[in-house]
Amino acid sequence: MEAQEIYRRLEQRFPGKVNGLRADVFDPDLHVEPQAIVEACRFLRDEPDLKFEVLSDLTGLDLPKENRLQVVYHLYSYTHRHQIVLKVDLPREEPQVSTMEEVWKAANWMEREVFDLFGVIFEGHSDLRRIMLPEDWVGHPLRKDYVEQEEYDGISTQRAPLVEKLLR
Amino acid sequence: MLMSANIPAESEVFHTEDMIISMGPQHPSTHGVLRFIVRTDGEVMREAIPDVGYLHRSIEKIGEKVTWHGFVPYTDRADYLAAMFANQGFCMAAERLGGIEVTRRGEFCRVIACELNRIASHLIAVGTFGQDIGAVTPFLHALRERETINDLMEEICGARLTYNYIRIGGVGYDITSETCDRITAFLDHFEPIVDEYNRLISYNKIFVERLVHVAPITKEDAFQYNIVGPNLRACGVKWDIRRDIPYSVYPELDFDIPVGTGEKGALGDCYDRYMMRIREMEESCKIVRQCLKMLPPGPAISKVARKFKPPAGEAYVRVESSRGDMGFYVVSDGSEYPYRVRIRTGSFTAMSLVSKLSQGLMVADLIALIASLDVDAPEIDR
Amino acid sequence: MKPLLNSLPDTVFTTKVDDLLNWGRASSQWYMLFGLACCAIELMQTGGPRADVDRFGCVPRATPRQSDLMIVAGTLTYKMAKRTKLLYDQMPDPKYVISMGSCANCGGLFQLAYSVCKGVDKIIPVDVYVPGCPPRPEALTEGLLKIQQKIMRERWLVRKPEAEEKPLGA
Repeated sequence: MEAQEIYRRLEQRFPGKVNGLRADVFDPDLHVEPQAIVEACRFLRDEPDLKFEVLSDLTGLDLPKENRLQVVYHLYSYTHRHQIVLKVDLPREEPQVSTMEEVWKAANWMEREVFDLFGVIFEGHSDLRRIMLPEDWVGHPLRKDYVEQEEYDGISTQRAPLVEKLLR
Repeated sequence: MLMSANIPAESEVFHTEDMIISMGPQHPSTHGVLRFIVRTDGEVMREAIPDVGYLHRSIEKIGEKVTWHGFVPYTDRADYLAAMFANQGFCMAAERLGGIEVTRRGEFCRVIACELNRIASHLIAVGTFGQDIGAVTPFLHALRERETINDLMEEICGARLTYNYIRIGGVGYDITSETCDRITAFLDHFEPIVDEYNRLISYNKIFVERLVHVAPITKEDAFQYNIVGPNLRACGVKWDIRRDIPYSVYPELDFDIPVGTGEKGALGDCYDRYMMRIREMEESCKIVRQCLKMLPPGPAISKVARKFKPPAGEAYVRVESSRGDMGFYVVSDGSEYPYRVRIRTGSFTAMSLVSKLSQGLMVADLIALIASLDVDAPEIDR
Repeated sequence: MKPLLNSLPDTVFTTKVDDLLNWGRASSQWYMLFGLACCAIELMQTGGPRADVDRFGCVPRATPRQSDLMIVAGTLTYKMAKRTKLLYDQMPDPKYVISMGSCANCGGLFQLAYSVCKGVDKIIPVDVYVPGCPPRPEALTEGLLKIQQKIMRERWLVRKPEAEEKPLGA
């Protein structure tokens, strides 16, 4: 099914909640309002001729120039062999969105990773804590304005001077 | 064998308490630094919660600091046992963004290198599987074959483990005809050796008894948790990126996709996942033979600017790695450094399924489960 | 009394006690499997069929309590650093550490990372550094031989030159 058709079906079902379809790129994507994303994904999963069985990827994208943080969902369907990319725009200061855990269980760990590295709070998540970094780490590293701490647990994070010059 | 069904009701007469054990980050299994917090009642587990992140090397953040060409060695380390696939995934994403076409000889060289790497990766999977269960001999046999593959890789690209061979636009070095002869000699030697593994362990009564009916994954769970690769095929789903979302020259090659059939136990149990890897090794041999025959003359890499600056955009590319579908989500903003690189691997979601599958298993079955899922610490933590 | 000169049969050899002890220890270094990342695969290949370190007496042990050589093979992250120190402390003396690969030497190509410890010698004392990414099995074997040479040079019974007794009141 083409991306235009998927967008039309979503718009029919959730009027006013979806916008911004880009259909002429390799992976067509569209923007969804944060309040409607869980219902939209449930609709996309259960509708027989859309049937997006798997959540391929759930990740974040930090856009400081436009002062927003995007959470990107890649959905794929094995039966119909089509893919769609959903994007949710969140404010950078306090990014919050509902969890996707009831729709696909794969979202559990992926959302923990986005929380750990970007700082997005997923409401309703069963176990939202850091996954990659130690529990007492300060900061969310994949943000563009992340500043490293001077030392962790008594070990200094100083690098050799030549390497400091390479850091941009 | 699952013993949990046979626990007599007498255990309710004795007051037992749960024990919390940390199967810590350093352990003799070769799947890397993984930690499980296991809550057990004697030998039977209530739950095993994985604790990951001990090998988080922040590859995604480094992607924003180095150039496009300079990121290719980092993709090697994202999964060092299947380094060629990670290289290929990132290079395909960069080529798609930059509108670069790979030469035909480059594509065939890529497929040869990738399939040899798949054989090497599955050899480690099979060998360490035996070692974790307790059969130490197949591990040394697997390492012996892997040494030959390492020699071939060294001839092709100069490195034994982290190759940096597949570059943006093609491959780094050409495959000479002497190397082709040596690859053919290796394949002639290797195809009967797979039968040796079958005779050593695959049909061994103790091995089979340890693995059948242990932690079968249903199709619904596989879709919910996004299980990919040989683990998904073992559940009966015939899905392979090389066949279903084809890339490179795979549409011109003739190979089979082995699917689990529950031949000795439940569909999708540990034994099915193990046999997937044995069968995939045989298929990879067929693919390499066809590629060697079809290798066309020409340049191995197309011209790409040294300061590669693809136009702004996003790309999501999937590659069928030895552990499943590896997805590369690459965002470019027009500069010579990527804006965001995201690697989504099969082992990450497979690990999230462990806490559900491990309920009711014995501690020794947990080891078999981890080995059968073929998880790899760098893939999980990146 | 008969003189002792040239009187022993040729199946007897004389040596210093120190050398005998060191020879025994150097020829049976049991290493702990501390493979963290890519170098772990090369560590396994070094213990494997072709570049066999078993002929030098090195047997892999899973537990630190039974090993006297720790080969830190791979990248050390901050999350793992505390456990590394704990494992090093659990090894009985005399113990040695080989830092294998560039990630363990200095952080390697992950020096730009935020979560990687820039060298394992920030946490534990290292005896031999083996460069490479990953080092070939032959390189790791040479590192092992250097540890053996280091062990042969140690002195147990002879007083160390710097431990001079200071006179009281000085």
